[in-house]
Amino acid sequence: MLTYLAKRLAGLVPVFFGITLISFFVIHLAPGKPTDIQTSLNPKVSYEARARLEKLYGLDKPVYIRYIDWLRRVVVFDFGRSYVDDRPVSEKIAERIPITLLINILSMVLILFIGIPMGVLSAVRRGSFLDKSTTVIAFTGFSVPEFWLALLLMSLFSITLGWLPISGIKSLDFEYYSLGAKILDVARHLILPVAIAAFGSLAGISRYMRSAMVGVIHQDYIRTARAKGLKGSQVIYKHALKNAILPVITILGLSVPGLIGGSVIFESIFAIPGMGRLFYESVMARDYPTIMGILTIGAFLTLLGNLLADIAYSYADPRIRVTEGE
Amino acid sequence: MNKNLTDRKKIPLIMAVFFLSSAFLFAATQDAGEPSYGDAIVVSSISDARTLVPILASDTASSDICGMVFNGLVKYDKNVRIVGELAESWEILEGGLVIIFHLKKNVKWHDGAPFTSKDVLFTYDKLIDPKVRTPYSGDFERIKSLETPDAHTVKVTYKEPFAPSLSSWGMWIMPEHLLKNEDLNKTSFGRNPVGTGPYKFKSWKTGEKIELISNRDYFDGRPYIDRYIFRIIPDDATIFLELQTQGVDLSTLSPLQYTRQTGNNFFREHYNKFRYPSFGYTYLGYNLTDPKFRDVRVRQAINYAINKEEIVKAIFFGLAEVTTGPFMKDSWAYNRDVKGAPYDIARAGELLRGAGWLDTDGDGWIDKSGKPFEFTVLVNQGNGERLRAAEMIQKYMEDIGIKMKIRIVEWSAMLNEFIDKRRFEAVLMGWFLSRDPDNYDIWHSSKTRQGEFNFAGYKNEEVDKLLLEGRRTFDESKRAAIYHRIHELIYADQPYTFLYSSDILPIVNSRFRNVESSPIGIGYNFIKWYVPKSEQKYR
Repeated sequence: MLTYLAKRLAGLVPVFFGITLISFFVIHLAPGKPTDIQTSLNPKVSYEARARLEKLYGLDKPVYIRYIDWLRRVVVFDFGRSYVDDRPVSEKIAERIPITLLINILSMVLILFIGIPMGVLSAVRRGSFLDKSTTVIAFTGFSVPEFWLALLLMSLFSITLGWLPISGIKSLDFEYYSLGAKILDVARHLILPVAIAAFGSLAGISRYMRSAMVGVIHQDYIRTARAKGLKGSQVIYKHALKNAILPVITILGLSVPGLIGGSVIFESIFAIPGMGRLFYESVMARDYPTIMGILTIGAFLTLLGNLLADIAYSYADPRIRVTEGE
Repeated sequence: MNKNLTDRKKIPLIMAVFFLSSAFLFAATQDAGEPSYGDAIVVSSISDARTLVPILASDTASSDICGMVFNGLVKYDKNVRIVGELAESWEILEGGLVIIFHLKKNVKWHDGAPFTSKDVLFTYDKLIDPKVRTPYSGDFERIKSLETPDAHTVKVTYKEPFAPSLSSWGMWIMPEHLLKNEDLNKTSFGRNPVGTGPYKFKSWKTGEKIELISNRDYFDGRPYIDRYIFRIIPDDATIFLELQTQGVDLSTLSPLQYTRQTGNNFFREHYNKFRYPSFGYTYLGYNLTDPKFRDVRVRQAINYAINKEEIVKAIFFGLAEVTTGPFMKDSWAYNRDVKGAPYDIARAGELLRGAGWLDTDGDGWIDKSGKPFEFTVLVNQGNGERLRAAEMIQKYMEDIGIKMKIRIVEWSAMLNEFIDKRRFEAVLMGWFLSRDPDNYDIWHSSKTRQGEFNFAGYKNEEVDKLLLEGRRTFDESKRAAIYHRIHELIYADQPYTFLYSSDILPIVNSRFRNVESSPIGIGYNFIKWYVPKSEQKYR
């Protein structure tokens, strides 16, 4: 087991650096420079001032030299400083992660608590009205544009009904609130974003759950359980669900790196300062250090997720360990 | 189509007039409330600030905040005239070679330290320091020496007379005592600034909001509004929804929102709308090295064929002005005697025929030596108004037999790949102008290197000479004569077809009193805005 692990880990290192190498060169292929925002078409910025800025950002060096410089710093966990405001990239990312994680975890919980029962119910009552309507809801959720739905709900809940705030994560007088009021305030701000974030993925999970369940429900052991005279709900939730849920867990596992990724559209609409916007803004500003920082963390988490999945598989299924690990 | 547009435009205009007068009455009856301190104003911004080191701030958001926290030696008043801010007075000597500023004596930094000429010297040193990433070094490189004979006098000597020099001292001054040992590119001051301005920095939550509080000891009087909250809301639709719940107090509207979506009772009761010209204009620029556009008659023909009034009506609902030259319409530099060419297709056709462009094969497109007249206009992505203007121009071009294509390109890519390298035929873009009319960098024939601003490749010896003269002359009436002539010459040459200058359309919650529109905008008397005690909303 340990040698297997060591081998897998050793294999990841070149993959990791391969990803950073490709990312680095690809983002430098995009036309434009980080200094554009400061200097572009501003008649007050002289030609000489512009050249000077490019030199100060080190943009006059060839790309491969800049990659080596970058790599040298990354191996000691220094992602460098942003070209936009010259703050450490790690600090910029760190301040965005909590709110992104919070929303993603909350919506993940919501997805599990609604999506799984929804899928199970549709599978059990296949062809019923309930099944058909959840199918319609699922596909609607899949195809409705997030931003459009968000705007409609904001208009309904915030303007027509006046129940919820429109955007942001805190009220403007937040600092004067008591602790309870603070929690309530954040909760009220998060209801719409979390609901919207969950709605789209709800479809996927409930469909996976439904098809896995349909496959299991016709197995012999389910018939046996029923023949034993067990209650219907016990058969479904104890025997069937345990087996049907495996593929769903795999999918959830794969979405772990997604927890720190955000959606730019949705964060913009709700004015939430999350990772999606940071990444988008960095790309638009050609802020190479920040882009690379986010990509590197993403690559790291994806590889970590894969590794954990592999370990879990090999733990569960000795055949994998034997053939690969010898 | 034409008639329809005129009719549709009238209604909102009448409504706007009605609205303004009723708002005035409303304000007059309610104004009994004395000016009182307190409350907060929530301002929306599409993007976050980048840095609050004033000489590094180049984006709108950073400049907005720096404008509240810092002062320059001079500023523009509501009629766009230069007046003193940190400077009490100044003398211009030796034909503009020397400027002596006498600084105000009662000014203190937000931390209590006195403001002196040392701070001015320090700011200047940093502006010309090659290690500082400032885009504004250009104007200050012209200074030969800067001396501080005493704590409240600054003597600036220029290498040669430079008329925009006085306005360049609108540059925000930084505190020497806090920054002398700091690396300006990396300093924490950029997220925790200390200035002399009407508002003090309080907090900055990245991507969320920046909060300022009023400076009670401000040398020009304590501002009435206690808190200034700058909320970052990246989506226009969200901002508009926030307006509808009064979550945002100050924002700018699009022409469509101004004329069609804010006329209802709610907006009439809770908001006042304002309108003033922007300091910019939009134009169709040609690559003058392109053989098709080398002939001035072709450019003039295109100018005759574009109905600018119709563009202003259809896209801006009349909330823009047709312009004929490279200066702002309200400014003294703009030559009102330059009459714009009327919309005249027949005249356009004549000019094109004169230049040898005829429809010889009868396919509806004009051609010359077997090649049809075809060109591509570049438009930057994300600017809906420009794109719609381009689409209208496409139709006007079709009317005179020219096949025009539109290509939408991302901003940064457009500048780097097409404009800087001058790989374009025509481009629809805009200029944002400084208050001083000197635009040597845009029109002088020497400014055509890669990345410089005369990318049209314009060259007119008389204009070149006048541009130089204009920036060396200090007397405003003499300067005006020079710029009027430049305006005339450029209009005759048509290196650009000047299209329009759109208006800025702010909307302010009506609990704020004393808000007035002026040629420079509504923010000039911000410290005098107030909310009567009974209507205050935030603590």
